[in-house]
Amino acid sequence: MAATAQGIQSADVRKRRNPIADFFIRLIKEKPLGLVGLIIVITLLLAGIFSEWLSPYGYNQIILSDRLDGPSFEHLLGCDNLGRDLLSRIIFGARISMIVALAGSAISSTVSFLVGAISGFLGGKYDMTVQRFVDAWMCFPPLVLYLIVMSILGPGLMQVIIVLGVSMGLGGGSRVTRSAVIRIKEDVYFEAARAIGVPTWTILMRHVLPNILPIMIIGFSTGLGGFILAEASLSFLGFGIPPPVPSWGGMLSGTGRQYMLQAPWMALWPGLALAIVVYGVNMLGDAVRDLFDPRLRGGLGRYGGLSGNQEKLEKLVEKKKAEAEKRRESLSS
Amino acid sequence: MIIPTLFLITILVFLLVRFVPGDVIDMMLAQMSEQSGMGAELTAEYLRQAMGLDQPILKQYAIWMGFMPNPLQEDKFMGVVQGFLGESLWKNKPVLTELLERLPISIELGLIAMITGWILAMPIGIYSALRQDTAWDYLGRSFAIVMLSVPGFWLATMVIVYPSIIWGWTPSLEYIPFLENPGGNLLQFLLPGFLMGTQMSGGLMRMVRTMVLEVMRQDYIRTAWSKGLSERTVIIRHALKNALMPVVTIAGMMLPSLIAGSVIMEQIFCLPGVGRLTFEALTQRDYPIISGINLVMATTVLLCNLLTDITYAWMDPRVQYR
Repeated sequence: MAATAQGIQSADVRKRRNPIADFFIRLIKEKPLGLVGLIIVITLLLAGIFSEWLSPYGYNQIILSDRLDGPSFEHLLGCDNLGRDLLSRIIFGARISMIVALAGSAISSTVSFLVGAISGFLGGKYDMTVQRFVDAWMCFPPLVLYLIVMSILGPGLMQVIIVLGVSMGLGGGSRVTRSAVIRIKEDVYFEAARAIGVPTWTILMRHVLPNILPIMIIGFSTGLGGFILAEASLSFLGFGIPPPVPSWGGMLSGTGRQYMLQAPWMALWPGLALAIVVYGVNMLGDAVRDLFDPRLRGGLGRYGGLSGNQEKLEKLVEKKKAEAEKRRESLSS
Repeated sequence: MIIPTLFLITILVFLLVRFVPGDVIDMMLAQMSEQSGMGAELTAEYLRQAMGLDQPILKQYAIWMGFMPNPLQEDKFMGVVQGFLGESLWKNKPVLTELLERLPISIELGLIAMITGWILAMPIGIYSALRQDTAWDYLGRSFAIVMLSVPGFWLATMVIVYPSIIWGWTPSLEYIPFLENPGGNLLQFLLPGFLMGTQMSGGLMRMVRTMVLEVMRQDYIRTAWSKGLSERTVIIRHALKNALMPVVTIAGMMLPSLIAGSVIMEQIFCLPGVGRLTFEALTQRDYPIISGINLVMATTVLLCNLLTDITYAWMDPRVQYR
């Protein structure tokens, strides 16, 4: 008896020890495209964090003699109209994209929790009022809304992060959180918590948050790409991050377009960097969603029979059976 | 449900725009003193009064909404409720007239984009779902994610740059009215419309795929299979018919992203549509125009959502709204 209990405990501990490692193992095993995304994202993070050491020149270092030079060994990606090295600017641009994506997504998650979870949990008149406001907010085409709010706050990195974070959190994000909260809110443990007099705020932080954490993580990771693209669009239209700072979107606007016929590489690289990074981030986000959302896992129980999946399915069933067998053995020993 | 939302929209639209800094009066005075000496006798106070900007903001809102008599329109009740969106501060033209002039351009662009998007998304999405987890499925899904990742403004820039370097061809960057030259007009809209469409197709394709997958898991499909129906019949008669109905209604929900796309494309391809009008109005601080456009856009989106809900309930009797 004691041995069994210990067995259960040890199995439990083994399973719980490192969910992060477990996540990465599954990512590598089951989601090859997610792995590609992960590699791209890690590259972005490294480029963003170590920009100073990686870039051959400063992002505003002007070398007049190399103005509009094409790609060469000295300047791998060429130079812009002021004689600034494009590779360095792209690397520093990675930092901007990284900051916008991470900070924006963090703000958006916080806002969506505060608005969505509280609204869904409290319900009643409060929920009603907040939801009408969210309705109204969601009716505006996002880009137009960003443009207006950005012209109120003025251009700048901080403003972009706040505007994108708050409005994305308020719009789509809060709805998702709210519906997740409503789904679990009738569970018995909430009643128990309320019965012993736990304050609402503590219930929200200690019971609601851990329960909807997977959904929050999915929201965080699938939203990242949107932030990078939105920042680039805003900077492209001249309402985002002001010029001397090398934002990928900003590099495509203004001078990038003015000189695009003489120096097409000026417009080529920033956009390519954007496309690759957003692709990677989206891929990783999708993989994270698939791994965290139990309803979307694997190809089981779907349209199995037709597409030659039968074999795969059988193999999977075999594997699961073997796993179950193993677990049973480890429990009984 | 829809009335309070509409009301909130009008408040948001009106207030947000008034917070934009950089007074329109200063800009006007600067421009006027540049042209002739007109600025000398026109004071800021006078201008403010002439445009009704001297009133307290709540009163301005009431006038704009049509709850109070409008001193600029001979003290008649002229406001949103009566279908009057105010006058442009710069052009002395009713906002609605200006909007209606620009609207056809955006609609033409949007239509081309919609058609391209659906033509691309439908077959790829359906095929990808039917052959789930095969190489074709991966290819289709990768296509969708690539489309979602490539920034539209960059694609457009590349389309302008590279053909002109390689073949010396550039798309016309001057607007050709449809009535003057229908062919040239269509040709001009085709490129930005097509680009917007490919952008949209990524999201659409994923939606189509999810819907088809969902339907393929239903009991009645299993029944159809077990009856021994051919794959063709099962898919076309039973699956697609049920899967595509909700997808079609989603078209209404694509509207906001369509509008956002048109702001950028109109800017790049120099098409004088609603997106460009918004952009111009924002840089000129033309409050009534910005408010007017946003009100019209938001209301359209709201109505489209409502329409989507209604058609959805009408098509699928299982859905019931309280």
